[in-house]
Amino acid sequence: MTKTVPRLVAALAVLGLISAACGSSSKKTAANGTSTTAAPAGKAGGTLVFGTSSDPISMDGILISDGESIRVITQIFETLVTTKPGGTDIVPSLAKSWQSSPDGLAWTFNLQQSVNFQDGTPFNAAAVCFNFNRWFNFKGVLQSSSLSYYWSTVFGGFAHTENTNDVPADSLYKSCDAKDTNTAVINLTKPSSAFLAGLANPAFAMSSPDALTKYHADDVTGTGDAPKFNGTFGSQHPIGTGPFMLDTFTPNNQLVMKRYDGYWGKKAILDRLIFKPIADGPARRQALESGEIQGYDLVNPADVSALSGAGFQILNRPAFNVGYVGFNQAKPPLDNPKIRQAIAYALNRSALVKAKYPANAVVAKEFMPPSLFGYSSDVTQYNYDPAKAKQLIADSGVANPTIEFWYPTNVSRPYMPDPSSNFQAFKADLEAVGFKIVPKSAPWSPDYVHSVDAGSAQMYLLGWTGDYGDPDDFVGVFFRTKQKAWGFDNAAIFSALDAARTETDQQKRIADYQAANKLIMDFLPGVPYVHTQPNLALTKKVQGLVPSPVGPANEGFSTVSVG
Amino acid sequence: MLKFIVRRLVQLIPILIGLSILVFVWIRALPGGPADALLGERATPAKVAQVRHLYGLDRPLYRQYISYLDRTVHLDFGQSISTQRSVSNEIRRRFPATIELSLAAMVFAVGIGIPLGVLAAKRYLAWFDHVSMAGSLLGISVPVFFLAFLLKYIFAVKLHWLPSIGRLDATRVTSHPTGFYVLDAIVTGDGGAFVDAVRHLILPAVALGTIPLAIVARITRASVLEVLNEDYVRSARAKGMTSRTVDRRHVLRNAMLPVTTIVGLQSGLLLSGAVLTEIVFSWGGMGSFLEQAVFARDFPVLQGGILFLAIVFVVVNLLVDLTYGFLDPRIRVT
Repeated sequence: MTKTVPRLVAALAVLGLISAACGSSSKKTAANGTSTTAAPAGKAGGTLVFGTSSDPISMDGILISDGESIRVITQIFETLVTTKPGGTDIVPSLAKSWQSSPDGLAWTFNLQQSVNFQDGTPFNAAAVCFNFNRWFNFKGVLQSSSLSYYWSTVFGGFAHTENTNDVPADSLYKSCDAKDTNTAVINLTKPSSAFLAGLANPAFAMSSPDALTKYHADDVTGTGDAPKFNGTFGSQHPIGTGPFMLDTFTPNNQLVMKRYDGYWGKKAILDRLIFKPIADGPARRQALESGEIQGYDLVNPADVSALSGAGFQILNRPAFNVGYVGFNQAKPPLDNPKIRQAIAYALNRSALVKAKYPANAVVAKEFMPPSLFGYSSDVTQYNYDPAKAKQLIADSGVANPTIEFWYPTNVSRPYMPDPSSNFQAFKADLEAVGFKIVPKSAPWSPDYVHSVDAGSAQMYLLGWTGDYGDPDDFVGVFFRTKQKAWGFDNAAIFSALDAARTETDQQKRIADYQAANKLIMDFLPGVPYVHTQPNLALTKKVQGLVPSPVGPANEGFSTVSVG
Repeated sequence: MLKFIVRRLVQLIPILIGLSILVFVWIRALPGGPADALLGERATPAKVAQVRHLYGLDRPLYRQYISYLDRTVHLDFGQSISTQRSVSNEIRRRFPATIELSLAAMVFAVGIGIPLGVLAAKRYLAWFDHVSMAGSLLGISVPVFFLAFLLKYIFAVKLHWLPSIGRLDATRVTSHPTGFYVLDAIVTGDGGAFVDAVRHLILPAVALGTIPLAIVARITRASVLEVLNEDYVRSARAKGMTSRTVDRRHVLRNAMLPVTTIVGLQSGLLLSGAVLTEIVFSWGGMGSFLEQAVFARDFPVLQGGILFLAIVFVVVNLLVDLTYGFLDPRIRVT
């Protein structure tokens, strides 16, 4: 008997192998197996494996707005201007210098010379204009704000805007002239200064015109919410001028980039850069601890001290976000300024930030981070004062104020690692001064965000991480136009922010934004409460990665080495 | 035998049609329908109409079903809403990962469960029996995700003996002609990749295979005990057959029938356990594919993926039935 058992086991194992073989042979032709054909990893530069939270949605910059797509695009592509590593100042990239006409309508970009795209075609003024005209002439589904998010944010509408419910009818962009091989002029319909900072966003990366055409980048059907990318530019053939080029992309497994040896600037140190998607947060941490990856983003604040205690490097990104409690003034009693002020005084923001956030988080006083120009140090402050809150409720004339307070589930954002604990703390603060709170929650995506955007939520927890280093990307996004989420119509604020956006004198812009911030915090459309510094975790051997306030949008890996 | 196989294959047809109807109806029964699920709060009537038209949801139900069936027969499950990739290609790419994991888990469960059960039966009520049965009860009781997490924490994070994520080391350069990484390594003669793939398989396979192992061990024990008391076993021994021959010819063969049923059923259940295991180990198979689709409300993926897994389940059970025929000739004619 004892000898029979091993035989049986062996027989079963063989059966298993046979069935595996049969299963595979019948699928052999169909199986979409991949073959990585990268050059063998040389010792000189080595390979870095970096853990991400998901695959890129597309590598065609203009069509995405998610961080993981941006992270890849930042390595493969370059923009005309970029932000200084670790900061928000605009510095040269593919344009070595630029100047605006006195009226602020024509911007001349002097381009770097002898730059080639990764497919060998030249980068020049004609390529710049090709890219801008491509974006401006988007039709149909490509105009949807969910696809061309950054275009509509920075430039507004298109050559022929089809659906003005989705994007503004007018466009800031007018035309592009290739004055000579290395000089491109971008003409605007009205003066804008936020435009230059906007161009630093990887959405406005320069793609090879040949590759865009050859791989049918504009062949997108379906709807904005359910687009169908029929071309392969964004999935298999992203061709830019950056220090890395795509080697292989195996969705849900890994994305391998290799050094672009024809790069015009300082070449990448690494031979290969691998982004490995690991959706589960704890799994990313464990993969770092077990040595399978050498770094990852979106570190849970609760893990920071354990990781740094275990000898890993923790990099802090300078604060470039804000967490706030939003008020929808279309829903009374939030239209009553005394009620809004009562809420602001009732919230013990510093206690929450101290108890629930990492040590480097700070209490927010306005809707943009202190590192950005235009931040004002003397806005109206609403320090914790429950007695004053009670008095304000009494003065408001609203008896037993009841508020629906919304918070998201299934989400952790840099400015809101645990929304429900923020909600619980604020709810207790508000109830202590006499508010009746009706809790409302929904999964972050798509329900919560859409409820807030559609104006369904009365009071809500939300926040924002900046895309580029301009105040217009914070207070401009929130308050430059009327929005359902805020439900107010305040011409003074709208026009102050519009004027600040178009001002071309930088000193005047700073003063304009400081004044606008004061107006905003007097009006109190919501209560900003926290700025955080998101973290990256790396092994000790990884050197040269500079954390950026704008996150993956300006974190190039070309300067990174693996020891 | 051939007749038996043909008959069983013919019986599959109504089952598969029934399955396709179930999946078709289930997706359309989502509150508000797929268009609302897709658009969420942005579901203005115009947008809903646009999406319904895009996915052909505005046509009569029977026509939708016919075109769905037509596409399904051609293995065209449409395009994922969240990744924009072809669902069929995605299934083709991910299915080998899930099968490889499930198979490894099954080899682990059967390879250890059956000997354990047989030995426990042979040592009925001895300490080995008590310990192995208590152990298997524990095995059944531990949730898959917890075990997966525990194994990973101990053997990957703390001891660094085995990898914690994926199917191969990210830096390994190799080719995948079949998508079954262990098999690929054998086919391409890549020893390093073979060791790497097997090392990656161990923890997830053990996590996923522990519950089936425990069940297989317990059923085997019960089944062997039952057969050991049969008259024909006593007669065989009385005729002077050696113990080994009796065990091989009479005990094991007869005791394996219920075990085969359980193995078949467990193979199907492994697919659901694989969802959790794949998430913990970032395995990249069908499980994580469906999990993401549920959160993204990606109905083409759900429709295609669930139907596909259901077909696999049915086919596995067919194979189990055929194995009965092999083990017990009486079944072939009934």
